Amino acid sequence: MNAMQPPPKLKKLSLKERYAHLTRELGWKTTYQPMDKVFPYAEYEGIKIHDWDAWEDPFRLTMDAYWKYQAEKERKLYAVIDSFAQNNGHLNITDARYVNALKLFLTGVSPLEYSAHRGYAHVGRHFVGAGPRIACQMQAIDELRHAQTQLHTMSHYNKFFDGLHDSRHMHDRVWYLSVPKSFFEDACSAGPFEYLTAISFSFEYVLTNLLFVPFMSGAAFNGDMATVTFGFSAQSDEARHMTLGLEIIKFMLEQDEANVPIVQRWIDKWFWRGYRLLALVAMMMDYMLPKRIMSWDEAWEMYFEQAGDALFNDLSRYGIRKPKYFEVASKEKHRLSHEVWATFYNYTQATAFHTWLPSEEEMKWLSAKYPDTFDRLYRPRFECWRAMEEKGNRYYNPTLPQLCVTCQIPMIFTEPDDPTTTCFRATEYKGERYHFCSDGCKDIFCYEPEKYVQSWLPVHQIYQGNCGGADLKDVIAWYHINFGVDNFDYTGSPDQKLWDEWQLQRSSNPV
Amino acid sequence: MTVTAIGPYEFKSRDHVDNFHGNRVVYWHWEEHLMFCAAIALMLPPAMPFGEVLGNVLPGCYGMHPEFSQIVWPKVTWMLDSRPFKPDMEAGLAANHVGHKSLLRFWTPGLHGLGGAVV
Repeated sequence: MNAMQPPPKLKKLSLKERYAHLTRELGWKTTYQPMDKVFPYAEYEGIKIHDWDAWEDPFRLTMDAYWKYQAEKERKLYAVIDSFAQNNGHLNITDARYVNALKLFLTGVSPLEYSAHRGYAHVGRHFVGAGPRIACQMQAIDELRHAQTQLHTMSHYNKFFDGLHDSRHMHDRVWYLSVPKSFFEDACSAGPFEYLTAISFSFEYVLTNLLFVPFMSGAAFNGDMATVTFGFSAQSDEARHMTLGLEIIKFMLEQDEANVPIVQRWIDKWFWRGYRLLALVAMMMDYMLPKRIMSWDEAWEMYFEQAGDALFNDLSRYGIRKPKYFEVASKEKHRLSHEVWATFYNYTQATAFHTWLPSEEEMKWLSAKYPDTFDRLYRPRFECWRAMEEKGNRYYNPTLPQLCVTCQIPMIFTEPDDPTTTCFRATEYKGERYHFCSDGCKDIFCYEPEKYVQSWLPVHQIYQGNCGGADLKDVIAWYHINFGVDNFDYTGSPDQKLWDEWQLQRSSNPV
Repeated sequence: MTVTAIGPYEFKSRDHVDNFHGNRVVYWHWEEHLMFCAAIALMLPPAMPFGEVLGNVLPGCYGMHPEFSQIVWPKVTWMLDSRPFKPDMEAGLAANHVGHKSLLRFWTPGLHGLGGAVV
């Protein structure tokens, strides 16, 4: 018999060899074209890299292992989402007001996950070293997965609640969503090193806990097990992303001393941009969760002041100091959430989620958490609005607000040392005036005015006639917000009506 | 170059006065009245008399505030683009040097917001 001989068994590769073959050895020096033509974005930002192989990859993850881990997580997540849907999990949330936090997340954050996917795919192509390229490519896939799992998880709520039907479209058009959108577009249109400093370091490393912990703990506290599960599913990815964030900073700083001032300027810029973006989270924590986790003030102390101190102490040996204006952010921690919630209360006629006045019990919580500011400055505002509401005249601000050219948030913030006076900063560039909410936003503009003179400011776009028409109803329709359904106060909304009916049924059919 | 870029990078400002159909955007801010969460942005014709804005436009923006009807306009203190300013009520905005994207902040004596809390 001529039985076929089995091929000789090859020696199994050691982990180290596998890692080398599947990551570092995927790169090569080009011969048909010069390297700088193949990697045209590697040097223009002024960052000097002498040895790309000095890049450390603490996870040493290879693509085959990556697929295996992710597939396992995916199976678990979809099992939970299915059971949540089959058991009508939405009935177990604390209150329908909670869903408004999800509306904010789906329209404001999930599209950023998708933008991050695109951003990492782009920079993953443009780094010269194979180490950072592979790390960026894996993160690009993670981010796409996060966008997908968030959409899938929240699609269950879309069957019952309003405002969740067109998040992608809204992200590109709705006035308050220009804040997260412009944040990410600023990063994606920067060079690869600035992009990683912006997203991997400043956002994923320094500020991420202030975004994900509040939303995921908020979900857990308010009975939303579906959202908690995608949070868990993303958590191990986030750990990898944070490591990439710290690694890129250390890599740049160790490669050349000339990189230090460039990196410092990016840290300053992206700390401030990220902090301004988190204003939405501050409001969510203090006002939108029916059952609260902790106050914004407490979260800022724990996740930025304490954790940030340790981080920047560690980086000081490279000549890096704390981000500029961190002290302004700390001064604002007693007022941020109140100023932002008041803004959305002003303009709920143009939002895809509902707002409401805090109840007396909620105001007690706010007084206790903000003893220096709440009763003195913000309670009177709410009481005044309550009185108007009781007269059947719920307050809506009828005029469009002035916006900051950099962060695109309405000019609502107050002077760092005086919470009763609005903070105005301005500059002139090529004979034209530009306005800012803070020194942080003004500095960012003044360093690269050519970039920000292009800001797509929703208020000015409405006036220029680019947003579907001149009337509120026209603009709302152009946003794909259903007038009288998705917008206006929670009181009297279809969401509230439906929720109240469910509660009534539940109490009349005790199980 | 004013930007870090791989090539020439020049753009016209997106909010250039030419884009507003002959009007100007002017920002107004009633100090000590933070019920209105931010300064307001109005698109106005440059020839509109200053007094007409106060008499015909601002009531639609601020009129629901109980203190608005008590404002004595001749006593109001103004700042135009960070400089003290005395408006000529009969003259148009342009003649008052109120330009595109000018900021007008005004303080109303005796009226400091509701509840002692600049509401």
